[in-house]
Amino acid sequence: MNDVVESLDELVARIKPEERHLLFCGGVPCLSMGCRKVREAVLRELKEHNLTGKVKVLEAGCIGNCKLGPTLIVYPEGVIYRKINEENAREIVREHILGGKLLEHLLYRDDSTSEVRHRREDMPFYRGQKRLVLRNCGVIPPDIDAYMSNQGYAALAKVLTELTPEDVIEQVSRSGLRGRGGGGFPTGRKWQAARAAEGTEKYVICNGDEGDPGAFMDRSIMEGDPHSVLEGLTLAGYAVGAGQGYIYVRAEYPLAVRRLETAIGEARKACLLGDDILKQGFSFDVEIRVGAGAFVCGEETALISSVEGTRGDPHPRPPYPAEKGVWGSPTVINNVETLANIPPIILNGADWFGAVGTEKSKGTKVFALAGKVKHSGLVEVPMGTTLREVIFDIAGGVADNRRFKAAQTGGPSGGCLSEEHLDLPLDYESLREAGSIIGSGGLIVMDEDTCMVDVARFFSNFNYQESCGKCTTCRIGTRRMLEILEKITSGEGGEADLDRLESLAGLIKSASLCGLGRTAPTPVLSTLRHFRAEYLAHIRDKRCPAGVCPGLARHAILEERCRVCGICRNVCPVGAVIKEDKSYRIDPDKCVDCARCAQECPFGAIRGRKRKEQAKA
Amino acid sequence: MKQTAARKQDEFHELASIVKKYRGREGVLIQALQEAQEMYGFLSRELLIRLAYELDVPLSEIYSVVSFYALFKTEPVGRCHMEVCGGTACYVNGMRDLLEYLEEEYSLRPGEVTGDGKFSLSTVNCVGACSASPVVKIGEEVFGEITGRRLKQLLERYGNE
Repeated sequence: MNDVVESLDELVARIKPEERHLLFCGGVPCLSMGCRKVREAVLRELKEHNLTGKVKVLEAGCIGNCKLGPTLIVYPEGVIYRKINEENAREIVREHILGGKLLEHLLYRDDSTSEVRHRREDMPFYRGQKRLVLRNCGVIPPDIDAYMSNQGYAALAKVLTELTPEDVIEQVSRSGLRGRGGGGFPTGRKWQAARAAEGTEKYVICNGDEGDPGAFMDRSIMEGDPHSVLEGLTLAGYAVGAGQGYIYVRAEYPLAVRRLETAIGEARKACLLGDDILKQGFSFDVEIRVGAGAFVCGEETALISSVEGTRGDPHPRPPYPAEKGVWGSPTVINNVETLANIPPIILNGADWFGAVGTEKSKGTKVFALAGKVKHSGLVEVPMGTTLREVIFDIAGGVADNRRFKAAQTGGPSGGCLSEEHLDLPLDYESLREAGSIIGSGGLIVMDEDTCMVDVARFFSNFNYQESCGKCTTCRIGTRRMLEILEKITSGEGGEADLDRLESLAGLIKSASLCGLGRTAPTPVLSTLRHFRAEYLAHIRDKRCPAGVCPGLARHAILEERCRVCGICRNVCPVGAVIKEDKSYRIDPDKCVDCARCAQECPFGAIRGRKRKEQAKA
Repeated sequence: MKQTAARKQDEFHELASIVKKYRGREGVLIQALQEAQEMYGFLSRELLIRLAYELDVPLSEIYSVVSFYALFKTEPVGRCHMEVCGGTACYVNGMRDLLEYLEEEYSLRPGEVTGDGKFSLSTVNCVGACSASPVVKIGEEVFGEITGRRLKQLLERYGNE
């Protein structure tokens, strides 16, 4: 399709309606923007033109570029329409499907050049990516037929007929694949340990308890390509000698649970799960366990307790789960993204996988971009790609042309990176050196309106709330940390508090039992390291530079945005806005922080807490 | 006395299907509780006592699990239960404004039910729809890019259902 001689317009005009099929993005963000209603409108319109059943309408998993949602892709041309509503949907059926004409106004336009980009592969968002794990997400519907027509279960067939479990482990070890859930432990070594461990019963678990706020790649994979997770888990089961697998999914992901349930049913029917798979003498089955809302259950020993149906309390290691896991038996726990990497590694070989990425971090990583970024969504890039390439080249930079301030990686166990880290390669080691972690791959972009002390407080609150309470340093330490941060954000902090935070952080890190406690201080430590001046502004000047912390948010007029219209002066109830030569200024002594000016300013030129501005809009 | 016992038995008669499925099995307590909550909306003390008896699991063990996990509710919720997402992306994109709005307009704070029993509110850690932040979840449905006005429309729609 790419090397056709004629123009796209001619191609579109030539294709008959019956030769077309439509693909909707069925990811949660698109669904949340009303994509089901759009789909119903399309179906109604097709019915009106007697095309029901002739033009297939499919729902795929997340296509990744969520800010374009709801999206509709018309095949075989692959033309993508973005931000469509019910009326647009009817238009697409009439004009494009029946009339053979492109609808220019619904196509994506490049941010800088305003040129139309018809297909996914024409967009900078997709061009900069390398989609190995997301190979099927948003491309095919999440059912077994589509998966199998895309090399699905070919790796399983190959393994069962040609390879011994040792061969599989050798392949995975040699590929250099490391755990994608955050730890970065070599997957092959984990499998080897469980294979070597004594025990007749062994288990493999897929960890789909994606608890990091701001991470959604595992959700998208489970929803958009559930069979790749099942195939990966089955291969893991074969390699370590397990007969039973579990997929632990968080309860907040009901769609993922449903899609996985369907996939398991399909696989059993096709003799790809259950007794004597493909008549090759290997039996393996999978059960879903739905979490009940506890962040700590993402930690492997806590997850084991939860799979066993009890409180999700973590346990000291050793013994590691590979020796003593579920029901005391050797257990391998792998993250969703890790498992989705396995089938292509088996099919294409360890060397193929090892050619992507850096020396110590092989393959790709999926990042979930959100926050103040222009194109939020899922981005899969080779390990070692820089932060700048991901945020600016692929995702189009900071939203509303604001200034980049920080990128938060790794959720509540990770840290904040500043502007000076933009050229840092994204891999396990580089991020750890910079005081953060790659974590599960959540990447939240923050602009100058985000207060870093408040972000540290937010994560400390999260960790405090989610601490299971088993060990003292984590239970009490996270609480004390939160209290100090609250003191600072309310303007009561002193400089000694910063030293107190640092020593407390050291204590919590070294003396906590599990990963939650050991990484809980990272958000605080990284912001202290890279944004210390902002802490000092809260302490010394009693001022929140980003205008977030209540009571410390001094309103100020941003000169570069101000159009000198005078509205702020008119609405100010205390006369704090003073006209100067060619600009306005807010007198901090008179200002009572009512935020009227910020609410009324049509140009967003007033920095400070815009109270309820967004909510009332 | 006899009458109340009979009524109670009646009240929880649907639990029988859960008991049949899970009694005597290991490692299934969380699933049993999830299904019971789905049936009754929340896990009342009476329900848990009954479940402990029927499943032959100590009540203390059941409580240890119920109190550990955030999604188990021991208090009744409103007819329309709303969850405002408090994930990082939602947080930096105005989640607090939504909570303030709900408190001001509906006197509704997280963990509370409105006086008429129509609405209840809680926050949730992250529903994974970060690119549509801020989001609100009602039942299984997620609504993205929520503003005060859209929240009001949603509440009006669900309030009349």
